[in-house]
Amino acid sequence: MAASSQTGMSITLEFSGGAELLFGKVKKHHISLDESTTAWTIKKLLIWVKDNLLKERPELFLQGETVRPGILVLVNDADWELLGELEYEIKENDNIVFISTLHGG
Amino acid sequence: MPVCCAACSGKAVLKRPKTGDALCRECFFHVFETEIHHTILDANLFTAGETVAIGASGGKDSTVLAYVLKLLNDKYDYGLKLILLSVDEGITGYRDDSLTTVKRNQKQYDLPLKIVSYEELYGWTMDAIVKEIGLKNNCTFCGVFRRQALDRGAVLVEADKIVTGHNADDIAETVLMNVLRGDIARLRRCTSITTGNEGYLPRCKPLKYTYEKEIVMYAYFKKLDYFSTECIYSPNAYRGYARAFLKDLEAIRSSSIIDIIHSGESLSIKKDVKMPTQMTCLQCGYISSNKVCKACVLLEGLNKGLPKLGIGKGLKARQKLVAAGMTLTNTESQSTSTESTAVLNTDKQSLEF
Repeated sequence: MAASSQTGMSITLEFSGGAELLFGKVKKHHISLDESTTAWTIKKLLIWVKDNLLKERPELFLQGETVRPGILVLVNDADWELLGELEYEIKENDNIVFISTLHGG
Repeated sequence: MPVCCAACSGKAVLKRPKTGDALCRECFFHVFETEIHHTILDANLFTAGETVAIGASGGKDSTVLAYVLKLLNDKYDYGLKLILLSVDEGITGYRDDSLTTVKRNQKQYDLPLKIVSYEELYGWTMDAIVKEIGLKNNCTFCGVFRRQALDRGAVLVEADKIVTGHNADDIAETVLMNVLRGDIARLRRCTSITTGNEGYLPRCKPLKYTYEKEIVMYAYFKKLDYFSTECIYSPNAYRGYARAFLKDLEAIRSSSIIDIIHSGESLSIKKDVKMPTQMTCLQCGYISSNKVCKACVLLEGLNKGLPKLGIGKGLKARQKLVAAGMTLTNTESQSTSTESTAVLNTDKQSLEF
């Protein structure tokens, strides 16, 4: 609730479709983002993910400052392409899902 | 800033790569299924009463294909008998896991399931083949054997047709690959929705125009149960580059994928380009562009303890064969390179049928 926003912002990240293999095979991560003077955008989140969660082969998840083409991103079950992609401002309790489409069919 | 659905003004959940439309969940399901239905109708893919074997790997594409075909068959009364058909290559820790998924799908979708294995068909599992040949060229074996295994399985269940989960991204990628390799015979036919009419069972690709993004989104929203892990035996590097290139193009302009398919469909090949002729394998009777099919050559090599026998091109391969005492006469008959690329072309990596 309101109290949690003082200690940071809680959100859930999910990795699937094979993307979880780059995150120690863990699909669901509950994380807390520190309070910050600038808003937490997905662009900023990706840097955080790279520094804090990504276990191996970052080039399979990131390309430049964005996700590797072929990885789908959903925020609260909506396509991030409808929400401003990297510029989307993350809110408390957001659920952000990364699905790889690059793994076999 | 909620975006509204272009069709019903509900809450949009997805931007369609093909059209750029924002759609809500229900409208997305509707257009996704209806487009596949129209693809099936426009190409006259099925006739009532047919038995259709769905090549099922447990991956996203074939899982969505099985789900949607079952749904359309019921909804539009196609009158098809659907069967899930899986190939067990014998890859521990990979195919055994994905087959578990197919077995769950069998229950979830209430469809019969037939599994054929490399071991029963060829006497070799991929695990055993890799022990012989190592991690180079092993995908050639797997691809050649899988294509045939699927056909043989389909014959066993008395299917009239095989459908596979190849999606628009796969087809576009194959067009690119064939251009890069100069494989004109395959460039000409790789965009066809149905292949194989001339020989074995016809194979169709009902998801030919369906973007991978939409397949994955559909599976996600429908909570379909699919398996996603890379094969443990070496990915196909060349195809990987083509894939990455295509995905980069899609990120810049999402119509690229359908545009490449359109280019492939519209190409016409000069009359004087030499095409391989199709014949029947003298040993097993399977369709082949040589007197003895690639699978038989590879198998012969394995059984003689010369696993590299069928690998390589033209003259060299022929010399190896003659040295191994295989009874082949025609020099033309040994241009095995055409056939090995064939398999890599039709089978993306090694997961997809």
